Amino acid sequence: MTGDRPPGPDAPSYYGRPVLKTPVWEWKIAAYLFTGGLAAGTAVVAAGADLVRAPRLRRGCWLGSFAALLASVGLLVGDLGRPERFHHMLRVAKPTSPMSVGTWILTAFGPGVGAAAVSELVPARWRSSWPARLLRGLARALGLASAATAPGVATYTAALLSQTAVPGWHEVREELPFLFAGSAAASGGGFGMLTAPPAEARPARVFAAAGAGGELLASRLMERRMGLIREVYEHGTVARRRRASEVLTAAGLAGTVLLAGRSRAGAAASGIALLTGSALQRFGVFEAGVESTRDPRYTVVPQRERLDAARRGSAVGDDVGRPAR
Amino acid sequence: MTATDRTPPPPVDLARRNGYFDPPPRMGFFTDTSVCIGCKACEVACKEWNHVPEDGLDLLGMSMDNTGMLGANSWRHVAFVEQRRPGTAGPEEQTLAVEARLRAAPRGGSELGTTPLPTAPGGAVADLGMPTVGRPGDGTGAETRTDFRWLMESDVCKHCTEAGCLDVCPTGALFRTEFGTVVVQQDICNGCGYCVSGCPYGVIDRRPHDGRAQKCTLCYDRLKGGLTPACAKACPTESIQFGPLDELRERADRRLAELHGQGVAEAELYGRDPDDGVGGHGSLFLLLDVPEVYGLPPAPVVPTRSAPQIWRRVGAAAAAFALAGIGAFASAAFGDHP
Amino acid sequence: MGSNMAEAHPVGFQWVMEAKKNGARVVHVDPRFTRTSALADQYVRIRAGTDIAFLGGVVHHVLSNDLDFREYVAAYTNAAFLVNEGFADTEDLDGLFSGYDPATGSYDTTTWDYEGASQRVTAPMETGMGGPPIEGAAGGIAQDPTLQHPRCVFQVLKRHFSRYTPEMVERVCGVPREQFLQVCDDWTANSGRERTAALIYSVGWTQHTVGAQNIRAGAIVQLLLGNIGRPGGGIYALRGHANIQGSTDIPTLFDLLPGYLPMPRAGQADLTAYLDRVRARNQKGYWEEADAYLVSLLKEYFGDAATADNDFGFGWLPRINGDHGTYRTTMDMIDGRVFGYLVMGQNPAVGSANGRLQRLALANLDWLVVRDLTMIETASFWKDAPEVETGEIAPERCRTEVFFLPAAAHTEKAGSFTQTQRMVQWREKGAEPVGDQRSDLWFFHQLWRRVRERVADSTDPRDEPLQRLAWDYRTEGDEPDPQDVLRRINGIDLTTGRTVDGFTDLRSDGTTACGCWQYSGVYKDEVNQAARRKPHDQQGPYDPEWGWTWPANRRLLYNRASADLDGRPWSERKELVWWDPDQGRWTGHDVPDFPLTTPPGFDPPADARGPAALRGDDPFTMQADGKGWLFAPTGVVDGPLPTHYEPHESPVRNPLYRQQSNPTRRVYPRPENPYDPSPPEGDPDVFPFVLTASRLTEHHTAGGMSRQLPHLAELQPELTVEVSPELARLRGLTHLGWAHVVTARAAVEARVYVTDRMAPLRLDGQVVHQVWMPFHWGPTGLVTGDSFNDLLGVVADANVLIQESKVATCDVRPGRRPRGAELTAFLERLRSRAGITSATGTTLLTAGRSPTNPPPREAP
Repeated sequence: MTGDRPPGPDAPSYYGRPVLKTPVWEWKIAAYLFTGGLAAGTAVVAAGADLVRAPRLRRGCWLGSFAALLASVGLLVGDLGRPERFHHMLRVAKPTSPMSVGTWILTAFGPGVGAAAVSELVPARWRSSWPARLLRGLARALGLASAATAPGVATYTAALLSQTAVPGWHEVREELPFLFAGSAAASGGGFGMLTAPPAEARPARVFAAAGAGGELLASRLMERRMGLIREVYEHGTVARRRRASEVLTAAGLAGTVLLAGRSRAGAAASGIALLTGSALQRFGVFEAGVESTRDPRYTVVPQRERLDAARRGSAVGDDVGRPAR
Repeated sequence: MTATDRTPPPPVDLARRNGYFDPPPRMGFFTDTSVCIGCKACEVACKEWNHVPEDGLDLLGMSMDNTGMLGANSWRHVAFVEQRRPGTAGPEEQTLAVEARLRAAPRGGSELGTTPLPTAPGGAVADLGMPTVGRPGDGTGAETRTDFRWLMESDVCKHCTEAGCLDVCPTGALFRTEFGTVVVQQDICNGCGYCVSGCPYGVIDRRPHDGRAQKCTLCYDRLKGGLTPACAKACPTESIQFGPLDELRERADRRLAELHGQGVAEAELYGRDPDDGVGGHGSLFLLLDVPEVYGLPPAPVVPTRSAPQIWRRVGAAAAAFALAGIGAFASAAFGDHP
Repeated sequence: MGSNMAEAHPVGFQWVMEAKKNGARVVHVDPRFTRTSALADQYVRIRAGTDIAFLGGVVHHVLSNDLDFREYVAAYTNAAFLVNEGFADTEDLDGLFSGYDPATGSYDTTTWDYEGASQRVTAPMETGMGGPPIEGAAGGIAQDPTLQHPRCVFQVLKRHFSRYTPEMVERVCGVPREQFLQVCDDWTANSGRERTAALIYSVGWTQHTVGAQNIRAGAIVQLLLGNIGRPGGGIYALRGHANIQGSTDIPTLFDLLPGYLPMPRAGQADLTAYLDRVRARNQKGYWEEADAYLVSLLKEYFGDAATADNDFGFGWLPRINGDHGTYRTTMDMIDGRVFGYLVMGQNPAVGSANGRLQRLALANLDWLVVRDLTMIETASFWKDAPEVETGEIAPERCRTEVFFLPAAAHTEKAGSFTQTQRMVQWREKGAEPVGDQRSDLWFFHQLWRRVRERVADSTDPRDEPLQRLAWDYRTEGDEPDPQDVLRRINGIDLTTGRTVDGFTDLRSDGTTACGCWQYSGVYKDEVNQAARRKPHDQQGPYDPEWGWTWPANRRLLYNRASADLDGRPWSERKELVWWDPDQGRWTGHDVPDFPLTTPPGFDPPADARGPAALRGDDPFTMQADGKGWLFAPTGVVDGPLPTHYEPHESPVRNPLYRQQSNPTRRVYPRPENPYDPSPPEGDPDVFPFVLTASRLTEHHTAGGMSRQLPHLAELQPELTVEVSPELARLRGLTHLGWAHVVTARAAVEARVYVTDRMAPLRLDGQVVHQVWMPFHWGPTGLVTGDSFNDLLGVVADANVLIQESKVATCDVRPGRRPRGAELTAFLERLRSRAGITSATGTTLLTAGRSPTNPPPREAP
């Protein structure tokens, strides 16, 4: 991930060495951003399908959600330096740590998805037995509860990234939650379109379309508001991924609106485009953060500008470093 | 920055705020770089006492610095900055060669202090042409300097009043000690790596093969036993001073005034101001140039300060997400069925 | 000057920093901008090996502007003494003093005498520390208290340095005139009644063919400015290791016994003959009592076997008959005259000059014992020397049988360290040694036991000293108790069995035993005084109860000079010791270095000798005339005054004299030891740059104690060569790229550091590039590299036989060096291009050889 260096203003540095540590998170966290969003998005679709009695949509999405959840847990634990200590996350509940908040949101989210998915897997001939009926009822209630926490699952990851010193994530903190919410909805809806016949998948299409639209909008807004960090987003791998994501999401959006209601194949293609677009968006944002820490400029220049501005504004300069709010 | 002009704010009893009953005074470091001789005794003493492993037998070319940065395996780091005589023409050979190597490294050079850079065969590095970052000599004071200058600074964890690493730690492994310092409990840390990105100074890092986050503990064990931290103990010139933070702040102010009086106008205190972006450091520095020159961020802000703003936006986005879901199915339930 | 204190002595440098905080001005003169320069108020870049020209310039500045501390100079130095009529200066003889014998390359120093006293020609160290003897020094040396007589030392000195002008300093040293004058101003402004200035040098200053004279030049400046024997003044000789001072006091040198008593020479049949050589008749000072010191030493060595009848066993002491120094011995190994070698605490394979010579010598032994902390290159040379690569040493045929014995580190044994202030400090054992590692005491004790068994029944007179040796230390387990060793060094009154209080208690009648007279008092009252650790806040400014300083726990030598002629401190600020007329004795903050009851105005009777012959204004109590020596009539074999000579290898023609280099330097013409000829003999085309070397803070000498430790090795992982950006451009070198440095002896490869800390010097139109390398690497350890010392030749100062390892000529070429046989051929090619043979550079006399030797160019 070296990338070619974009041109930009110079700042004094220590032999060009970064000021920050690059995140130690690997691709697994980027992948988790996607799978977590997917789990949340599909859970909403599944729970809705349950309510509006769209069984194939429901079944596909609960199973999808569960699979995405399992993948998420696997990725998260796998990224730990000491995976055997993953349960230490549950020692405390710490509002200042988005990861702790996220852990508890996932903890609330997970059982319902699990129950719902297991319930979906009960073979047809046992479905009328009383334990299966009990499970079904329980799963329905828990599933709905999970769906209620799904918005948290879909968006807390934005806080997870933004509440860091990483310029590529911190500087986009205003828009990132919307980008991730849109991305999660697009992937969830897209997945629904992939697993259910068009007749049943209309809510998924609406959800996907809203998500894709939101994602594109948030992405554009984000780019417009960017300062120096734009260089990172507009160069190299990051830019290529995000450009591809935009194209796929826009295409998926168009397909969802125009084709997916009519053709199964169109729906599948649109769903795949949305899913891929969502994944690429997550990887793009993740890598933008990593890239932004590899160069001291993105850390130093905005801070220096703020410092100089504060000094100009105040005779003694005692507001040095006070955050720009 | 004239920190001395103001009446100091009432001291924050950090430990008490963190639930300690009758804590000792907040302890810290004052690193006076104007008397640092670059002997690196602090680095060695720290590693010996804290059993910190070697971080790579790697010739970096950053003047005398072969450590490069603070990291999981370097809890003290002595920076060396060679500042060319002002007005000297020609490229800065060291920065040119070093930067090219850093750019090619997997973590852009931020792995220094934790792991070595990949070996450049025969020391040959790709020539990237003109440097894209400023030369170390481009810091302040170049206008008034007439000669070559060699700066040395022993860097260490800042033990921030508002510590980004501590705030984001999801396991409670990072905690505030009774001395007001920030320490990783090694039996708790599960290596999630969040603190690495939570630190605005690039101090803490995850140790490869060990998997846990590692950084300066301000020798918590020694403090418990009433001893001076290993680095301060080993420092021959009292460049690293240890003591109650209130006292160190006064000492730092006095030293700054002294240097200003001697015409060293570029001297400034770093981390002295309790109103700065991290609520002030537990380890203060007296620098002879702008922080950037030493590889330090000029005015970092703890990311936690943005948390309310971030969560508000997350809440709004979550609501939008929920609404989209509800809307999608409401339209299906009440709309025309196919 | 000649010191990189911040890097080589960081712990001691804290006091420099404290002084700086208290307002002291710190000036650093060095070829390279170091960590010391970074902390100094002023840095002065100087060409390596031109310190005498610089200091001579200071002397010239002081004398021509009447800036000397005249009262001090007139009374306490030999400025007023008249020099013999026959004396001729370097100004008269174009770089030679009178008495030079081209055949032997040495001086007959009789013409350097004082008028009215006579000295004897002495070889270096022949007479020990006491300052060389001067017959009749207690009597009448002719003098002119007005300092006007043309032959008085003051005027001789003035004439000698008359051409060392700021312009000349610029031409020789490359120091710009303004910078030089700034140093002069700082130095003189901070000297005098109210202020004192200190001069610091390190062992690097000694590693020149003019090493001893470098220090003489510093001493002359400090004496002229009244900075000797006074608080805050002095000359600090920073040593190369924690206990080098201790190992010269109780020496591991071939020509000295403990306490700087000279080693007996062949032909000195009995004690009287020896003492007659050591002392002169009718001289002043404490050296007069050398007989008590030697007899007590013999009593300590041989115990009851030493009696007045057998000259206290003087006959059992070994005799020397010439140079038995380390380099001579090494060459004798190559020539097949030395068969066995015991190496302890040293790593000659990479740590001594001309590494190839060292290793070829090691490879020609029957046996070699190496005791060290780790497997060092001296023990592994037979398989990893560069000569294995070139085929000169074949591991399967190398005849040397190597025994490696693991040694305990200083932290693993108790003992004493004597540091540069002569302070003896006791240290306790910190940890038990691991495995088979044992202390040095253990080793020698066990060696002694075994050797003693072997010779027990011998009738060979050669074994008699061993049979008679009184080795009866109190033991702890299987090794002697180090405290008991220190107690024996202190000395015992044999009539009472108790420790003596000091060296004035020692007797020449055999009633006292003492291992080293200087250390007498370190175990006073049966207490280990060196182990005292009373904190600074519980005692006075000189901390007399912290450790113990020889002699007599005196913190400042010659401190009588801190008081004026009437015995009052020169100023209140600078008071140290003074005469108390009420008590009739000397008193003060320090132990007075003077006969306690000799009043300031004392004029001894004509027949007085020794301490009793000291006048009230003779502060230099170890000198035969009681004075500080601006002019050294004897004892320094290469001249009574320091003179600028170019280094043995130099690209520069001596601008001051036709005599290019020190005419008495010891050269060793051998095929393994070729020299690059300097002008006028050769041209600096092939090896045009000046090579100099020193340490890094992060490593210890040849690296045996640091290259094996990850926490040190990682701090400086590779051998580097530092060049200026200008030289980098000239030779196409890139930062972090490879280069090889080549001299007449070897090629060594290193990674390039392009740094502004190096800069070319401009001397009178000639640009001189200097190149710097550290010398810590070798083929073993966690970090390895070529050994710098391979680049050096062996050429030595005639006074102390220390090699010139701080300056040589070299070339720097980009890329790695050739390997194996190609390397040999490459060096051969360069040598033939430069016309180098084993004879080049060995002609000592270059003065007065016109017309082929034109006089130095005059300044424009």
